[in-house]
Amino acid sequence: MSKPTLYKSIFELPREEYLSPGHGLCAGCLVGTIVRVLLKVAGPNTIVVTPTGCLEVSTTPFPYTAWKVPWIHVAFENAAAVASGVEAAVKALQRKGLVDPSKKINVVAIGGDGGTVDIGFQALSGMLERGHRVMYVLYDNEAYMNTGIQRSGATPFKAWTTTTPVGKVLKGKLQPKKPIAEIVAAHKIPYVATANPAYIIDMANKFRKGLSVDGPSFIHVIQPCTTGWRFDPRYGIKIARLATETAMWINWELENNEVFRVTVPVPKRKHVKHYIRAQGRFNHLTDQDIEEIQRFIDKEVERINKMVGKEVIGPVVE
Amino acid sequence: MSDLWIRIPLTSNYAAAYAAKDVDVDVVAAYPITPQTPVVERIAEFIANGELDAEMIHVESEHSALSACIGASATGARVFTATSAQGLELMHEMLFIASGLRLPIVMAIAARALSAPINIWCDYSDLMATRDSSWITVIASSAQEVYDSIIQMYRVAEDPEVLLPAMVAYDGFIMSHTYEPVYVAKDRAPILEYVPKNFKNRYRLDPDNPITMGAIADPNWYYEFKYQQVVAMRKAYEVVKKADEEFGKRFGRSYGFVETYKVEDVDIALLTYGGLYGTVQEAVDILREKGVKVGAIKLRVFRPFPYNELFNAIKNLKHLVVLDRAITFGGVIEGPVALEIATLLKFKSLDTNLYNYIVGIGQRTVTESDIIGIVDHVSKLIEKNVVPMESIYWGVRE
Ligand SMILES: Cc1ncc(C[n+]2csc(CCOP(=O)(O)OP(=O)(O)O)c2C)c(N)n1
Ligand SMILES: [Mg+2]
Repeated sequence: MSKPTLYKSIFELPREEYLSPGHGLCAGCLVGTIVRVLLKVAGPNTIVVTPTGCLEVSTTPFPYTAWKVPWIHVAFENAAAVASGVEAAVKALQRKGLVDPSKKINVVAIGGDGGTVDIGFQALSGMLERGHRVMYVLYDNEAYMNTGIQRSGATPFKAWTTTTPVGKVLKGKLQPKKPIAEIVAAHKIPYVATANPAYIIDMANKFRKGLSVDGPSFIHVIQPCTTGWRFDPRYGIKIARLATETAMWINWELENNEVFRVTVPVPKRKHVKHYIRAQGRFNHLTDQDIEEIQRFIDKEVERINKMVGKEVIGPVVE
Repeated sequence: MSDLWIRIPLTSNYAAAYAAKDVDVDVVAAYPITPQTPVVERIAEFIANGELDAEMIHVESEHSALSACIGASATGARVFTATSAQGLELMHEMLFIASGLRLPIVMAIAARALSAPINIWCDYSDLMATRDSSWITVIASSAQEVYDSIIQMYRVAEDPEVLLPAMVAYDGFIMSHTYEPVYVAKDRAPILEYVPKNFKNRYRLDPDNPITMGAIADPNWYYEFKYQQVVAMRKAYEVVKKADEEFGKRFGRSYGFVETYKVEDVDIALLTYGGLYGTVQEAVDILREKGVKVGAIKLRVFRPFPYNELFNAIKNLKHLVVLDRAITFGGVIEGPVALEIATLLKFKSLDTNLYNYIVGIGQRTVTESDIIGIVDHVSKLIEKNVVPMESIYWGVRE
């Protein structure tokens, strides 16, 4: 992996905007934030593929578009396959001299959790295995938001969605979240990372690294959703930060399937209740439920610390 | 002219692969399925031997094959894919998006029956199920026609007035796996003069001129997008014709929309498509030797449906027998081409009697004697003055 120069402060991010304001994302939706930063990092020589989902419908109501870079939406389950085709075309056209071969063109797919971990998973796995030079960014709002908050494989344990309702017998999702970033890492691609828009420089640098590798990269970004997670739109970044402060979301990266780092160490952890109690989708959880989740997170922290070889995520200190 | 070509034995599958090579495709994304597989294998060999400079995407499914073709075509590449049956069904969703995005993708189809029960042999159920996908659809009857039609279809699909994808189908196994002598280009330069690469003439994903493709169109816009496809398909009618004529002028081979065989002096003709046309022609000769005057008609282009040429081919007939190789379950009549022709007869006020025979389903063998049997059967109906208001399932065990 060629070492890209990394950003140290937000002032180093390019001033240019490639996602126009005036799109139709919900007030307080963090997809806009994520994509805005992503496009600043990627720059104008970038082709974007977006599967069906909130980002796609909200940014491209014909005859308008929020995208200042070439952008394509094809369907829900195939962003990775479409991006494979785009990348192959750029390669072939550049090799044949039909497109300027000296110009580096980034190919970026930006998909939701449904379009990535569920219905689009096969296409994603194929793209990773074939080694296309595509950066795949997953904005994970932990449900099918575009169709109105249905459960996905990325929905967390016990969360309410419209298809995991809180009833007399069943209360929320019965299964834990699919560990997609690790499943992707198992493909042994050059770069995999998790990121959080509350840690914007960390996120921007991960985009930068992802774009610098010669092969596929995958950035899994948590995206609090005001509508689906049931919180006041002003609290998106706060909740995102709480996710990392409680270790419900750990920011890590894996380079060349060798070097594993937790990029945002948390010496003193907060109890998961701070994250959970801030969101309406967890309203029905009892203190006992929350303790169950806390124990699960404790184990996860232990596992991550072991992988790093030292304590990067500390104990819960209230 | 002949110094342009070498004549070699090829199956229709290999003819398809040669055509893709000779139009210098940039990206191929395909997934193997019987009986299409040799197309993919041969293209892989062309690339491995340096005979074709293209990116081959070894996708993990046909859904991704067409998705990748869509991405590559949208970026400006000339792309090719091929499939059959289940693969075509898995692509189904993408067929409509490829045409809706107005991408000039060309695909070969080794026609095969659809599951269940699984059957790897020929019929045209797979192709007919794509009817409303807004793809230009050609059905070839020989390996030479496969080769020539694929080349022609790049010219049609990429025409700025058209910009629709095109498929070229041929019989699975019966053609895909049988060798015929085929003229292929010695050098691709004259082919590329006929189908020059013109990706700069169309919208594409280009960082120097960013556009948004695949936006959401609400009820106030969607209808116009679809109507533009209607207009494009109507234009394609003319463009297909011109492309074929120009091909004929340059290379000495052309096919038209329909082909007729010994129909000048007949009251009755048999119409079919694909490789079966050859069998029907043979049967016509045998019958004529016995003094039975019948003719044969081949439908080569299914979409856009060549109503003018077909009208001319059938207008003087008293009786038209349509041999269909697929079933549209629950239709007024159950042969998909017969259904089209019934519409044509009605709207052109022809009083030709229409008889629809379903044949060759799941590659149930159809020989000359079956065709002779059908003519015999239909002659008896004519004698009795009976025109059945339903399809006849030739040879089926009820
Ligand atoms: C094949 C197919 N199945 C279902 C849908 C309906 N659909 C559109 S978007 C969507 C959910 C998107 O969820 P996700 O990928 O998480 O993105 P989000 O909307 O949450 O950003 C669904 C189910 C579709 N468009 N295509
Ligand atoms: Mg989602």
